[in-house]
Order: sequence, then C-alpha cells, then structure tokens
Amino acid sequence: MALDKIGIAKRIAQELKDGYYVNLGIGIPTLVANYIPEGINVEFQSENGVLGMGPFPFDGEEDADLINAGKQTITTLDGAVFFDSANSFAMIRGKHVQLTVLGAMEVSEQGDIANWKIPGKMVKGMGGAMDLVASADNIIVAMMHTNKAGESKLLKSCSLPLTGVKCVKKIVTNLAVLEVTNEGFKLLERAPGVSVEEVQNATQGELIIKGDIPEMNL
Amino acid sequence: MINKEVKSIDEAIKGVQSNMTFMLGGFGLCGIPENCIEALSNSGINGLTCISNNAGVDDFGLGLLLQKRQIKKMISSYVGENAEFERQMLSGELEVDLIPQGSLAERCRAGGAGIPAFYTPAGYGTEVAEGKEVREFNGQPHILESALEADFAFVKAWKGDTAGNLIYKGTARNFNPMMAMAGKITVAEVEHLVPAGELDPASIHTPGIFVQRIIQGSNYEKRIEQRTVRTKD
Repeated sequence: MALDKIGIAKRIAQELKDGYYVNLGIGIPTLVANYIPEGINVEFQSENGVLGMGPFPFDGEEDADLINAGKQTITTLDGAVFFDSANSFAMIRGKHVQLTVLGAMEVSEQGDIANWKIPGKMVKGMGGAMDLVASADNIIVAMMHTNKAGESKLLKSCSLPLTGVKCVKKIVTNLAVLEVTNEGFKLLERAPGVSVEEVQNATQGELIIKGDIPEMNL
Repeated sequence: MINKEVKSIDEAIKGVQSNMTFMLGGFGLCGIPENCIEALSNSGINGLTCISNNAGVDDFGLGLLLQKRQIKKMISSYVGENAEFERQMLSGELEVDLIPQGSLAERCRAGGAGIPAFYTPAGYGTEVAEGKEVREFNGQPHILESALEADFAFVKAWKGDTAGNLIYKGTARNFNPMMAMAGKITVAEVEHLVPAGELDPASIHTPGIFVQRIIQGSNYEKRIEQRTVRTKD
C-alpha cells in the first residue's frame, strides 16, 4: 500500500544521523521531527533564525516572538540559539547544515527541482528554498509520486520554473525511495506492498531498476 | 552620549516622502515595526518601494499600506499570505521583485556594510539569474547580486537604549539587524526604551551607530499568523 504523509516522514527520519543539523521545509518535511530514531541527536534549524527548535507549545504558552519559517508558534530546547537572517543563511550557504528536507512540485531525472511558482496562478515566492537547494550537499525531497491529476512528478525535465538545478540527491515518495544518478532515478526501495511496475507507471523520467528492489522497513 | 530618542511617531517618520524606498524588518508578522507601519499608513504618501521579506496579511502589517495602494513595488522573498497582494500583482498594479531569502538578507547586509555586490550560488539556473553575471568559483556557478539600500529603514526591537543600541527577542530578530544597517535613516521602535548605560554592552545585537532615531513603541498587537499548539495528555 502506498504510504501516507506520516509514512513518508518516518522513512525520511531514518536518514537522520547523530550530530546532524537539519533544515525541514514546510509540509511533510515538518513531520520528520516527530520520528527521530532512538539514540540519535539532531538539531533543527529554521531559516527565520532559530537552531534547537522544539515541539509546538502547549495551548496558552504560545509566544508571538517565537515562530518557525512556516510562521507557526514553536518552543526551543536546551542549547537553542537565535540569530538574524544573514547569519541563518550563512549557516545554510556555508554548508554548516548537513541535511535539507523539502517538498516539491516536480523533480527531474537530473536532480532539478521546481517548487515555488506556477506561472499565472500561484504567486507566493521562493522564500529560502533557492538558497537551501543551491548550497546543501544533502537534499532529500519529500513528496507524493504523482500530482492531484495523477500525473508523475518525477520527470525527464521540469515544466515549471526551477528552484535549483542538479541538486536533489534523494526522493522519498508515497511509492518509493529513489536516488538521483547520472543515468536517472535509481529505484532503491518500494513502499510496502507497492510493486516495481506501479512505481514505473507513476514515473515519467528514466527509472533505473537493478536487481531485487526491497520494501521499505518502517 | 548621542541621544537618539524621539518622543512622537510623527517625529520618528519625519522626512518620509512619496516614491521613496523603505526597508521594513520582520518575518511574517513576527518582529514588524507596527507603530511605524501604522504611521506610514496614516501619512498618505504613496509610490513606495518596500523591501521586506513578506508583505503582511490583508489587514495587518504591510497589508495596511497595500490596502491604500501606497506601495508601487515590493521586494520580498515570500508573499503567500496576502490575497490583496496577489490580486494587485496578477493585475499588474503592483510591481514585484521576488528574490531568494538568503540573497535578500545578504543584499541588505551588504548595503549596510559597504559591499556593492557579491556572488552567491542561490538562484543559479533559475529565472532569478536572468540578466545577472555568472562566474565559477571552485567549479560551481554563482550569480552576482547587488547590495540594497533604503531612504528609511524601519525596525522593531524588544529593548533599546537612548543611544540607539538594540536587543531583539526570540525569532523577532530576523531581518531587523541587516535592515538597520542599510537605512540612510534607520528608525527603531522598541517595546522597552531605557536610558543609555542600562543595557549590557556585550548583549547588544545592533550597535546604536546604525540607528538614527529610536522611539518607545506602544499598543503592540503582536499578532500570531499560525497559532499552532499541542494538547497536554
């Protein structure tokens, strides 16, 4: 069965390594913080200026001066620190953040990503996404394999305006875990009960299938 | 000691004119100069270019200036929370320059630091890079981004002293320090204004040299955009 958003978040959480500083984007990526594996210590950076982000506050304890990049009220953990936006992006551009997880509308087989603009429709802006994808060595995209119309979001080339080029390394969808290689999307794992054929049918870009493809272990 | 305190909001925004370029601190509605925005809204000036990470919401923050059509151009990174903004942009009434958030922060910092331009990898290969110089460093392509400056910068801090030194609270710091540096005239409004000497010099975030006027703010609403809580179980 295809994963839900929580399943995607749980699978991505397995990519966390002890000592990582991690930036989580809005949407599915935010959920990753709920499934940190035991024995792993990571710190979450939010680009509006906080490192050491904790869970949402209890009702009545929210503070207007304490939010994440999604403008949600948050708390901080021991060792947390606040900083300005220039310093925040120095951490990001300077590669001091080890893992970036973000959502996408489209990803190409070259690792290009589009996630900020639908011409003539949505006008929201890129926020910090372009800075994040341009500099991070380790970018995981969390998204559904297909869009609401059932069309593949893993493409030969992106049709929407790009956020960054040749930057995505790994993709975790409701159907599969894939690695972006020079030859295309390499299928690493299938969601439990999802066949290779189902992944193939939902992937427009080049899909590389080598040997037996294991199921995700969630 | 140079005393930067002004006693009224009219004095704080004295000299603002139509067609000027302003910087306004804040991320979403967090750390925005509420008092100055209200005064600008009441001033009747228009044709403004506003540099601000976001554009407020329909009825608060920069949304107040948008409602009255005072803004000609916005330079921002993310404007998704404002329906009136989207309407004015799609209809062509409002000119919008969307730039990556880190580049926006650095362009303000550069403006205040006397750095005319810098190279960054952010935006390479995207429409942000159109018309900009590309240069490779260490095998990676970068684009040239120019510094930003403003006729006035309006910033909000938690505490300040009469010398213009500022301390921010929590994530309300965000763009305020860089914008304070990049304003020809920087106006700081604070929740707590104290006499010079009361703040620990080692704890100051923005040195007073970057601030020309400081005012004790009042009636802060500090609206929360996305109130998100968990329940005790």
